[in-house]
Amino acid sequence: MKIFFTVLGAAVAFFLTVAMIGLTDWDRPPLVTTQNGFRGTAMAQVHTREGAAETKDANLAPAPADPAEPGDDLAGTTYENVQVLKNVSVNEFNRLMVSMTEWVSPEQGCTYCHNTENMADDSLYQKKVARRMLQMTQHLNSTWKDKHTGGAGVTCYTCHRGQPVPANVWFTDPGPNRPGGFVPRNNGQNLAKASVGLASLPYDTLTEYLADKNIDNNAIRVNATTALPTSKGKPIQDAEKTYGLMIHMSEGLGVNCTFCHNTRAISNWSQSTPQRTTAWHGIRMVRDLNGNYLEPLLSTFPPNRLGALGDVPKVNCTTCHNGVNKPLNGAHVVDAYPELATSTETASATPPAAEPAVPATPPAPMPAPQ
Amino acid sequence: MAYYQNIFSEVQVRPVTPELGIPVDVDRRWGTPFNSYLFGLIGNAQVGPIYIGYLGALSFACGLIAFEIIGLNMWASVNWDPVQFLRQLPWLALEPPRPQYGLKVLPPLAEGGWWLIAGFFLTASVLLWWLRLFRRAKALGLGYHVPWAFASAIWLFLVLGFIRPVLMGSWSEAVPFGIFPHLDWTAAFSLRYGNLFYNPFHMLSIVFLYGSTLLFAMHGGTILAVSRFGGEREIDQIVDRGTATERAALFWRWTMGFNATMESVHRWAWWFAVLTTLTGGIGILLTGTVVDNWYLWAVKHGVAPAYPQVYPPVIDPLTLPPTTVPGVTP
Repeated sequence: MKIFFTVLGAAVAFFLTVAMIGLTDWDRPPLVTTQNGFRGTAMAQVHTREGAAETKDANLAPAPADPAEPGDDLAGTTYENVQVLKNVSVNEFNRLMVSMTEWVSPEQGCTYCHNTENMADDSLYQKKVARRMLQMTQHLNSTWKDKHTGGAGVTCYTCHRGQPVPANVWFTDPGPNRPGGFVPRNNGQNLAKASVGLASLPYDTLTEYLADKNIDNNAIRVNATTALPTSKGKPIQDAEKTYGLMIHMSEGLGVNCTFCHNTRAISNWSQSTPQRTTAWHGIRMVRDLNGNYLEPLLSTFPPNRLGALGDVPKVNCTTCHNGVNKPLNGAHVVDAYPELATSTETASATPPAAEPAVPATPPAPMPAPQ
Repeated sequence: MAYYQNIFSEVQVRPVTPELGIPVDVDRRWGTPFNSYLFGLIGNAQVGPIYIGYLGALSFACGLIAFEIIGLNMWASVNWDPVQFLRQLPWLALEPPRPQYGLKVLPPLAEGGWWLIAGFFLTASVLLWWLRLFRRAKALGLGYHVPWAFASAIWLFLVLGFIRPVLMGSWSEAVPFGIFPHLDWTAAFSLRYGNLFYNPFHMLSIVFLYGSTLLFAMHGGTILAVSRFGGEREIDQIVDRGTATERAALFWRWTMGFNATMESVHRWAWWFAVLTTLTGGIGILLTGTVVDNWYLWAVKHGVAPAYPQVYPPVIDPLTLPPTTVPGVTP
C-alpha cells in the first residue's frame, strides 16, 4: 500500500513536471534584453536570442526592382483606364506592376487582377481593390509620414508578404454561435482567444477601437487624472477592453508594455517613451484606413472575402508590423518607389462611398477623462 | 535525514475504537468513522464522524446552489458543449451586471441576474459556515480565534463583492466568478485605479501575506527541527519548557539575537494572517470610493519617487492644438 502510493505520487509529480516544462511557453535562454527606460523602472524588452534572430529573418524586406529606364511617355496617356498612376512614366508604371505581382500575387501572376485580353478591363474585383490599395499606400506614405510611417514608408509587401490576402487581417468576432435557448451574456469575453493573447479579456475590442473612425478620442483612456474622485469614473469593464487592445498591440509589435509605458503610471504621458506617441497616431491611422479605405470596398469584395457578419477584412497593428516594432525591420522600402510616396488621389479614382468625410471642424481636444 | 525532510506525516495513530473526544451538550455527529492511510499522510488517520447540524446543512446547500449556478452559466456560455466546457473552463465566467443596471436588485437573468443570485447564495453559505464555526468553537469551550480569523477573510470577500459595489453604486464594480476572469479583473482593477501598488493598504496586505509565509516557514521549520526532542508538544511547552523549546529558542537567539516563544509565535502568525485580508479589504474599499488614482495619490503624498527623464518630453497628443492631429481626417 505504502509503496504503491509512493510510486503513484512520484509518477504524478514526474508527469506534472514534464507537462509544466513541455506544454508551457517558456523562453529558453539565452535572452537578450534591451533597456529602454531609466534604471530601476524595469523598462526593458526581453527576447530570446533565437527568437529575435528568427523574427528578424522572417521580416526581411525584398530587394527593390532594378530602376526603370528613363522615358517621357506617361502611363495615363499610353494606357487606357489608368486612374491613380496617370503621371508616372510608362517604364516606371510597368516596373511597379511587376513589383506588385511579386509582392501580392507571385503565384497567380498578372491574371490575379487583370483580364489579359484587355488589361484596362475592371471586371475583376481584385483590380478594383488593388487600385484602392494603391491609393491607401500613397496615403500612408504621405499623410501619415510625419506621424507614423516615417521615412521607412510602406509598400504592398509590408502587409501582403507574397500573399493575395495578408496573413494578419481581421474581422469582427461575433462570439460563439448560439442557436437558441438560454444565452448568458459574457461581456464578449471569457473565451480563450488569440486576439487578446489567450487572456480572458474582451476579445473583440478591435471592432470598437480600430474600426470606428468617428470614435471619441478619449475612448481608450480609463484612468482618472486626479488623485481623488471628482465625478463618476469609467467602469472596470472599459479598463478590460483597453487592456485587450493593448495586448493586441503588444503581440502585434513583439514588445511588452514598457516599450511605450512606464508601467508604474501607465497613463502618464510625461513618463512614457516617444514610441507611445507614434502608437497613439498609429491607432488613428488604423481607424482611418479601416473607415476610409477598407469599409468602402464592402460592395467590391465578393461574399467569400467577408467576415462572419458580412464585414470587410480590416487592418490592425499586426497587419503591417507582423511581430516587429518596425515593419520589415525598419527598411526604407518606399525609397525605391517614389510613385508610392505621394498621394495622387483624384475624385474619379475614388469610389463614391469612399469620399473621406472631412469634419467641418477637427475634433477639439476633449477634457481629460474621469 | 530523509525522515525530517518528509512532506508526509511519518506517524499515524489508529485507535482501535474510534476516538470521539470530550462529551459536549449538543452532539449530533453523522457517519461511521474509519481510518484512512491517505488521510493519515497529511493529518489524522481517523475520518469522521462529522457534525453537520442545520447550519452546516444550510451552508452546504447554499454553497451547492451557488456552485451550480456558476457552473451551469459557464457551461451555457459554450453552448452546453462538454468538450469546450472542460477545455475552456479556466477562461469561463459568470459576469456581474453591466454598468447601466447600477444597483438594480434583479436585472434579467442572462444580464447578470444569475450573478446576483449566485452571489447571494455564496454569501449566505459563507456566513452560515462562519456561524457554524463560532457555535462549534463555543460548544467545545474553545476561544474564538478561528471564527474571527475566518471573519477577516469574509470581510475582504464582502468588500469585493458587496460593500464596495454598493458604495460605487453599481454591481458592475464587483468581481466575476471565474478562474482567469477574476485574475484579469484584478489586473484591470489595478490599471483602472492607477496602480494598486501605490495603495498603502495594499502594501500592508502584501507585507502581512508574505510575512505570513515567512513566519509559517520559520515556525514549521523550527518545530520540525526540534521534534526529535519532543518539540511537537509545543503548546505544553509554552509553560513547561523542555529541551526542544530551549534549543529552538537558542537557535534563533544565536542567529538573530532574539527569539519568539512558543506562545508568541502563534500570536504573530494569527495576526499576520488576519491582517492580510483586513488591510487588503480596507485598501479595496478605498479604491474608487475615496481615491481614484493611486499613483497620483502617492505623488501628492510624497510616496512615489520621481525618475530622471531619459527621453525628450513626451506630450499627450490630445493636449496639442488640433491642427497637428491628423486624427481620422486624411
